[in-house]
Amino acid sequence: MNNTTVEVVDLKKLFPMAGGLFSRKVRYIHAVEDLSFKIQEGETLGLVGESGCGKTTTGKLLVKLIPPTGGHIYFNGSDVATIEGGALLREYRRKVQMIFQDPYESMNPRKTVYDIIAEPLVVQKVGNIVERETMVAEMLSGVGIVPPDTFMFRYPHELSGGQRQRVAIARAMVINPSFLVADEPTSMLDVSVRTGVMKLMLQLRKEFNLAVLYITHDLAVARYMCDRLAVMYLGRMVELGETEEVLQNPLHPYTKALISAIPIPDPTFTREAIPIKGGVSKPVDPHPRCRFYDRCPVATDGCEKLEHPPLEDKGSGHYVACYEV
Amino acid sequence: MALLEVSNLTMHYTTRVGDVMAVDSVDFTLERGRALGLVGESGCGKTSIAMTILKLLPENARILGGQIRFDGVDLVPLSEDQMRKYRWDHISMVFQAAMNSLNPVYTVGDQILEAIQHHMPMKERAVRKRIAELFNLVGLDPAVMDQYPHEYSGGMKQRAVIAMALSCDPSIIIADEPTTALDVIVQDRILKQIDKIREELNMGMIYISHDIAVIAEVSDRIGVMYAGKMVEFADTHTIFKSPVHPYTYALMSTFPSVKGDKRELVELSGEPPNLIEPPLGCRFHPRCPRVTAVCQEQDPVFTEVANEHFCACWNQRS
Amino acid sequence: MWKVRVKLTAKSLRANWGMFAHSKLGPIGLFLIVFFLLFGLVHPLYLVYRGSDKIYDPVVGFAYDLLPEGNPHPPTLSHPLGTDILGRDILGQLMHSTAKAFMLGLIAAGFGVLISTLVGSIAAYFGGFIDSVFMRLADVVMLFPLIAFLVALSAAIEITLFKLAIILAILMGFGGTTIILKSQALTVKVKPFIEAARVSGGGHFRIILSHIIPNVLPLSFLYMMFGVTTAIFSEAILSYLGFLNVRMSLGIMIYTANDSGYLIGSRLGTYWYLWLPPGLIISLLCAGFYFVGRGLDEVVNPRLRER
Repeated sequence: MNNTTVEVVDLKKLFPMAGGLFSRKVRYIHAVEDLSFKIQEGETLGLVGESGCGKTTTGKLLVKLIPPTGGHIYFNGSDVATIEGGALLREYRRKVQMIFQDPYESMNPRKTVYDIIAEPLVVQKVGNIVERETMVAEMLSGVGIVPPDTFMFRYPHELSGGQRQRVAIARAMVINPSFLVADEPTSMLDVSVRTGVMKLMLQLRKEFNLAVLYITHDLAVARYMCDRLAVMYLGRMVELGETEEVLQNPLHPYTKALISAIPIPDPTFTREAIPIKGGVSKPVDPHPRCRFYDRCPVATDGCEKLEHPPLEDKGSGHYVACYEV
Repeated sequence: MALLEVSNLTMHYTTRVGDVMAVDSVDFTLERGRALGLVGESGCGKTSIAMTILKLLPENARILGGQIRFDGVDLVPLSEDQMRKYRWDHISMVFQAAMNSLNPVYTVGDQILEAIQHHMPMKERAVRKRIAELFNLVGLDPAVMDQYPHEYSGGMKQRAVIAMALSCDPSIIIADEPTTALDVIVQDRILKQIDKIREELNMGMIYISHDIAVIAEVSDRIGVMYAGKMVEFADTHTIFKSPVHPYTYALMSTFPSVKGDKRELVELSGEPPNLIEPPLGCRFHPRCPRVTAVCQEQDPVFTEVANEHFCACWNQRS
Repeated sequence: MWKVRVKLTAKSLRANWGMFAHSKLGPIGLFLIVFFLLFGLVHPLYLVYRGSDKIYDPVVGFAYDLLPEGNPHPPTLSHPLGTDILGRDILGQLMHSTAKAFMLGLIAAGFGVLISTLVGSIAAYFGGFIDSVFMRLADVVMLFPLIAFLVALSAAIEITLFKLAIILAILMGFGGTTIILKSQALTVKVKPFIEAARVSGGGHFRIILSHIIPNVLPLSFLYMMFGVTTAIFSEAILSYLGFLNVRMSLGIMIYTANDSGYLIGSRLGTYWYLWLPPGLIISLLCAGFYFVGRGLDEVVNPRLRER
C-alpha cells in the first residue's frame, strides 16, 4: 500500500497589490485558494491550467520558496506549512526538490557542472570531497550524461538545452529526495529533445519511487507524464481525477473548453472548439461565487448567487467543482 | 503560376567564429489563397528564410544563391530601394514576439497610423477609417484603437500586430510563431481568425512554428526544416500520414497528443547541430536511425519522390 | 580536483584576455599602467644608482651638486628633469609620487569597491528595510561636502595619502557605486538559479557569497578601475588647491610650483619641468586605468560582445 507523501489542505496564498499613490485600501491577488489534494508515493500528479491560474505559485508554496497565507501542507504526516527556517527547513529541503522551467537561467553561469550538482550535497553537509565526486559522477551517468568525467568541469553555456535540463535533474536527485516538483521542465526545450528528458523523468520516478507534482500548461505532455490531473482556474481547482478520465471525459465546462481548444497533430481529426467568451484575468479580490461564472457557457442564476462550488466526487475519484454537472 | 516560388535559396551569416549556413538550397512554392507551414526546431532556419524573403538581413548576412520569385519577379537582385516597394505592400510579416515590441508610450492606433503613412501617404482621417476596417477584420473593437498596449490583453496585442501587417493589403503574410506566447484558448481563436482572413482576402500565408499540432491545423502544405535545409515538402495529409524522411517521421512520433491512442513516444538522440560546422554529408545523419555510409559523405538532393512530394534523403522510408 | 580547477581558471583567463586584447583601448591602458607601475617601483633602485640621499631624497633632498646655481634648475645630466624650487630632484619625486599614487588609487578603489559590492549585494538580497537604509545612506554620502570636510580635517590632523585613501574608500564604498552594484546584484537575485540555490538548502549568506557576489564581481572590478582614476585625480586636484596636508604627491608637485608663482604667464614655458611631468603622469595614469576599464566592458558584459 502506498503512503501519502504530500497532502495539501485548504492551501491559500494572497499577494497584496500596490494600492496606488493615494489609495489606502490594499487589494489582494488570490493566487491560490482552497486548494486540497494528495500525492502518493510513486505517483505523478499533473497541475494544469493557463497562465495566471496559480500552478506555479502552488509549486513554489510546496517547495517553500514562498510562505502560504493559510492552509496546511502535510509532508509524510507532519504539517510543514509554518516552517520558516533552521534545521526543520533544511530537513525538508533534503526530501523535497524542484526542477525549473528555464534550463539556462536555473544554473549559475559561473559554476561548473560539478559545482552545480554538488551544491545540495555541500550545503546539506553530505559526504566529503572524494565521496561527493563519486556521487556526482554516478548521478551524471544516471541522467544519461556520459562519460561523466568529460562533462563534470564544463560550464552551462557549453552544454545544449537538453543536457542542461538533465544536469538540473541530477542536481535535484543527488540528495535522494522523496518528492519532486517539476515546473514546466520541457517547455523550453526543442521538440525532438523533450521526449528524452520526459522518459528520463519517468524512469527516475520509478527507480526512486518519487512522488511528483508536474506543472504544465501542455495537456498533451501531462497526458504522457501524469497519473492524475488537477485542473486549475484563477487560483482554484476545478477538476481532479485520473488523467485519461479527465482528458477523454471532462466534466467541468472550463476543462471541456480547454481540451477542445488544443490543436491536434492529425489532419484527419476534426476538432470542435467550445467557444467561451473573454480571456483569463487576474483574481483580484474576486467575487466569492464561482470564478468561471463570467465566461461559463452553462452558468445559471444559481451559479451567480451561490458561493464557489466545492469539489465533489462524481464517481471513481473524478472530482469536479461545478453546480451544473 | 505560383504566387511565391523559392528555388535553391542559400544564405549565410559571417560571424567571428565562422560562417553560419543558415539557409541551404531551399525550394518551395506558395499558391495564392493557400497556407504553407514551415516547421522545425530552433536553429533550423525557418525564421531565416522569412527574413531572407523579405531581405531584412543584418550586415553580416549574404544571399549566396537562388531565386525568390514573387509573382514572376525575382527579389534577390533587387536593391534596397526597389525592395522597399515590395515589403509591407506585397509581402508582410508578423514577427516573432511582435506583440511584445509594441511601443508602450504610443497608442496602438498611432503606431499603426505611422506604419501605414510610411508606406502610403494618406490623410489621418482616411487612415483611421482604414484602421477601423482592419480592426473589424481581425476581431478587435475599433474603439480600442486609442488605447495603449498595456491596456490590451495578449490576444488583443497579437490581433493588433496582425492588423498592422495587413494594413497595406499585402498578398502574402508571413507569420512567425504567431501564437506561441498565448494561452491555448486564445491561440485557438486567433488561428481561426487568421484562417478566416486568409479566405476572405485570398491571401497566401506562410506559418512558421515549432508546434506541429498548430501547423497541422492551419497549413495546406508543409515544409519540414532541419539545420538550414528543407528535408521534406508535401501536403499536410501526406506529411502526417506517410512521411518518408526519417526526421519527419521522428518528429511526428515525438509529439504527444491529447486525443487518440496513448502511444509510446519515440526518443531522438542527440541535439540539432551547430550550423557553423554542420555534420558532413546529410546534416541529420548523426541522429538518423536509417543512416548508412553514403549519408555520412554526401548531402542528399531535394527531389520529387511522388506527385508534389519532395524529400532529401538517401534512405527514405516507403 | 584542484588541478582541474586551476586548468579551468587558466582557460577562462585566456579567453577573457583574448576579448580584452581585442578591444583597442584595453591593452593601451594596460601598457600605461604597467609602465608607470615599474616607473614607481624603480625609485629605490634609482636612489641607489644616484648614491647620495642627501641630494636625491624626494622630500628633504637638496641639489648640493648644482651649487652655486639657483633652484628651480632646468634639466641636466645629474638631474634629468631638473630640480624644483626647494632644490629637490624632480625625476626622483615623480617616481616616488607615482608609487604613492598607485597605493592611494588601489587602496581607495579596492576597499571602496569591496565595501560597495558587499553592501550592494546585501541590500539587493534582503530588500525592504535594509535596502532602504543603505540607499538613503548612499544618497547622503553622495551629497557629502568632501572639500569642506577635508579642509576641516587637515586643520586638525595631518592627512597622509594613506588616510586619504581610507576616507575615499569609505565615501566610494557607501556612495554612488553601491547603487550601481546593487542594481547588478538585483538582476542576479531574480534569476531562477538563486531560487534553485535556496531549494537546494542554501542559507542567506551562502547564497550572497557563493552565488550573488561572484556574478557582481566583474562589474565591481570594472568600477574599481574607474575608482582608481577618481582617487588619483581627486588627490591631484585637492593637493593642487592646497586642501591636503600631504608631504609629497603628484598634486603637491604642481601645487608647490603654483604656490611659488612659477606657473604664471611666460614662466609656464620656461619652467615646464615643474608642472608638465607631474601633470602628464596624472593624466596618463588616469587614462590608463580608464582605458583598462573600457577594455573590460566586453569581458564583463556578455551582451556587448559581437556576434
